[in-house]
Amino acid sequence: MSTASHTHVSGALDDHGHAEAHDHHGPPAGFTRWMYTTNHKDIGTMYLWFAFFMFLLGGTMALGIRAELFKPGLQFFDPEFFNSLTTVHGLVMVFGAIMPAFVGFANWLVPLQIGSADMAFPRMNNWSFWLLIPAALLLIGSFFVPGGAAASGWTLYPPLVIQQGISVDMTILAVHILGASSIMGSINIITTILNMRAPGMTLMKMPLFVWTWLITAYLLIAVMPVLAGAVTMLLTDRHFGTSFFNAAGGGDPTMFLHIFWFFGHPEVYIMILPAFGIISQILPAFARKPLFGYASMVYATASIAILSFIVWGHHMFTVGMPAAGNLFFMYATMLIAVPTGVKVFNWIATMWKGEMTFETPMLFAIGFLCLFTIGGFSGLVLAIVPVDITLHNTYYVVAHFHYVLVSGALFAIIAGIYFWLPKWSGKMYNEGLGKLHFWLSMIGFNLAFFPQHFLGLAGMPRRIPDYALQFAEWNMWSSIGAFIFGFSQLIFLYNVIATIRSGKPAEQKQWEGADSLEWTHLPTPMPYHTFVTPPIVR
Amino acid sequence: MEQTQPTGYYFAPPSHWPVVGSIALFFMASGGVLLMNSYGVGWIPFGIGIFTLVYMLFGWFGTVIRESEGGLFNAQVDHSFRWAMSWFIFSEVMFFAAFFGALWYARQYSVPWLGDLDNKLLWPDFAAHWPTAGPYRPPEFSAMHAWGIPAINTLLLLSSGVTVTWAHWALKKGDRSNLIFGLALTIILGVTFITLQAIEYGHAYSELNLKLSTGVFGSTFFMLTGFHGFHVTLGVTMLIVILFRSVAGHFKPDHHFGFEAVSWYWHFVDVVWLLLFVFVYWL
Repeated sequence: MSTASHTHVSGALDDHGHAEAHDHHGPPAGFTRWMYTTNHKDIGTMYLWFAFFMFLLGGTMALGIRAELFKPGLQFFDPEFFNSLTTVHGLVMVFGAIMPAFVGFANWLVPLQIGSADMAFPRMNNWSFWLLIPAALLLIGSFFVPGGAAASGWTLYPPLVIQQGISVDMTILAVHILGASSIMGSINIITTILNMRAPGMTLMKMPLFVWTWLITAYLLIAVMPVLAGAVTMLLTDRHFGTSFFNAAGGGDPTMFLHIFWFFGHPEVYIMILPAFGIISQILPAFARKPLFGYASMVYATASIAILSFIVWGHHMFTVGMPAAGNLFFMYATMLIAVPTGVKVFNWIATMWKGEMTFETPMLFAIGFLCLFTIGGFSGLVLAIVPVDITLHNTYYVVAHFHYVLVSGALFAIIAGIYFWLPKWSGKMYNEGLGKLHFWLSMIGFNLAFFPQHFLGLAGMPRRIPDYALQFAEWNMWSSIGAFIFGFSQLIFLYNVIATIRSGKPAEQKQWEGADSLEWTHLPTPMPYHTFVTPPIVR
Repeated sequence: MEQTQPTGYYFAPPSHWPVVGSIALFFMASGGVLLMNSYGVGWIPFGIGIFTLVYMLFGWFGTVIRESEGGLFNAQVDHSFRWAMSWFIFSEVMFFAAFFGALWYARQYSVPWLGDLDNKLLWPDFAAHWPTAGPYRPPEFSAMHAWGIPAINTLLLLSSGVTVTWAHWALKKGDRSNLIFGLALTIILGVTFITLQAIEYGHAYSELNLKLSTGVFGSTFFMLTGFHGFHVTLGVTMLIVILFRSVAGHFKPDHHFGFEAVSWYWHFVDVVWLLLFVFVYWL
């Protein structure tokens, strides 16, 4: 190896030992900064913007769905396209918005909170991000091929998905690529957490956000390959004559449900555990008290992760599993309420007698706490087999998972953005607009989704573009709420852009009660490279 | 603010390889979609994608090898690689678990259920015995006999686990000729395995009438053994790379994670094969 190339490869962040010298190293100029970057902050920023773009795209599809359901009868779309909308809305929100947003947080925060200069594998980190682009192009492009986008629901159940056209292949390959991205991202995050901690940063001193991501990354590595296997079987059933899901050949469509939900249930915890982490950072900061029951929070997170592997059957109580199977999955599912209850209790105890203030991140965190708990309770209702048999495939289920994914995962993401934006951008957002955003989101969200409990209990089925007349009134309110919620996100977009462009300078420790390393050890705005020399944590 | 000394951890500078890899996968996926739907033009993007991917792999791995040989990787970097490879192999285990799960489900549930009393009305003549190609117009076929080629293949792979360990011990003692000899033997055993596997597939298709489309038995048989064979092929490719590197004088007795990663991977495909032999061929 020549000396010249040696200098070249060790150029970005080397080992001379002068942290101050690196503070002057800005990012490289031009668009290649973003394409070729190996900086965890840049990659985190790209993940978050990508997630926001996909969130608006998936949200637009959701508004299309709600516009169609505003009143009975067919308004705008034919039923096939309506089903494509629900399918791609789900896939885009799960794989394009929520998951990338959390990976964006992990990229920004894990190195800062454990006192590392960057992620363990900076190039692979960038690849994890850039794989999202071809996957998104395939997924969105599938709307424009003959036959329209996949219309099977995001769960891609056979036999319907075996019979549909070319778009299903695009969806399957998009899922493969997204899976590769998730696995590489997770390997990177786990390795960073296990191997890159600053001296003194023992595992039980790590901020809870880091803990939740350690466990989430483990879940991702365990189940994304299973999803890859499941969709590969779909692909070979479609094109290469296999009979995995074809009873005529000795297979069984139900087998897909088992494999898919073995992935799918851990997947829903993948989308909520990092949210728990974010909330566990924000509540203590604004209650000005340390997190209540740190160790029990860690153990509860791990318990939820382990239990997530043995509850998948509760998604399929109506497919005709043996009664013993249904009962097992029912009790196992109810067991999850225990560690989740520990968490909710700890969060409330954290706030108890705290000197609380209610800035926007805190509002969203409290919104999360109230509404996620409602979603958790409706989950318990659905866990009861005889109840689920009547509620399966109704709007009650839709209401349940939107309470955990929108007012759970998404509210936590928004809370986290408001919380860390001052640190990341070095500038303070507009508090008034933030509060307006919160209250409109809160009102719009509950108006959109609370009535769906009633609709489901009354028997309205999901994934149908038309409905019986008795459902008309609540559907109208639900659609109005959805539009309020959707358009109030534009306030968020404006607030973020205005902050980055012209916000007032933020302080090093913008939030009085925040105590993780990025607040206590790093200036605002942060230099491009941080912790080149690791801090000593006591 | 208290600070320690810098760790000397090597953080990679900006690189274009990730974007090249993404472009490659986009072309491969687009071409694959077209080909699977009988648009012959798909060969063009697919070919471009494969070519770009190979170019990326050479470039990216080449860079990492130069960095490693240039002494940029300290013990902590080495430790990162170990964690990462372990978790990667865990993800591969879970991938195979999905297909073993499908095999288990078919044998334990879907086939017996198709033969139960409820289904007698629909499939009166169906006897739910494994192997089966399902109740609807099943073709006549025979399953692969475990104690022919598969047993020989088991011996080949187990021996290759020994030879790769032989090479590893030689490397740790600084005995380069035995390192190269052990690696070359491992590669020969691996290539022989793949060749025999190909002969077995030919035998299945031409004489046993056992095909990918032979119901759920053919599906699980060919997908499990096929993905395993693909992994063996990858493993042999990796072994060839480290053979060339060993000839070129790479690796030191105390710094050779590239070698160990390949041997871990090789042992992993070995273990998967043992499971295949028991659950796909034998039982």
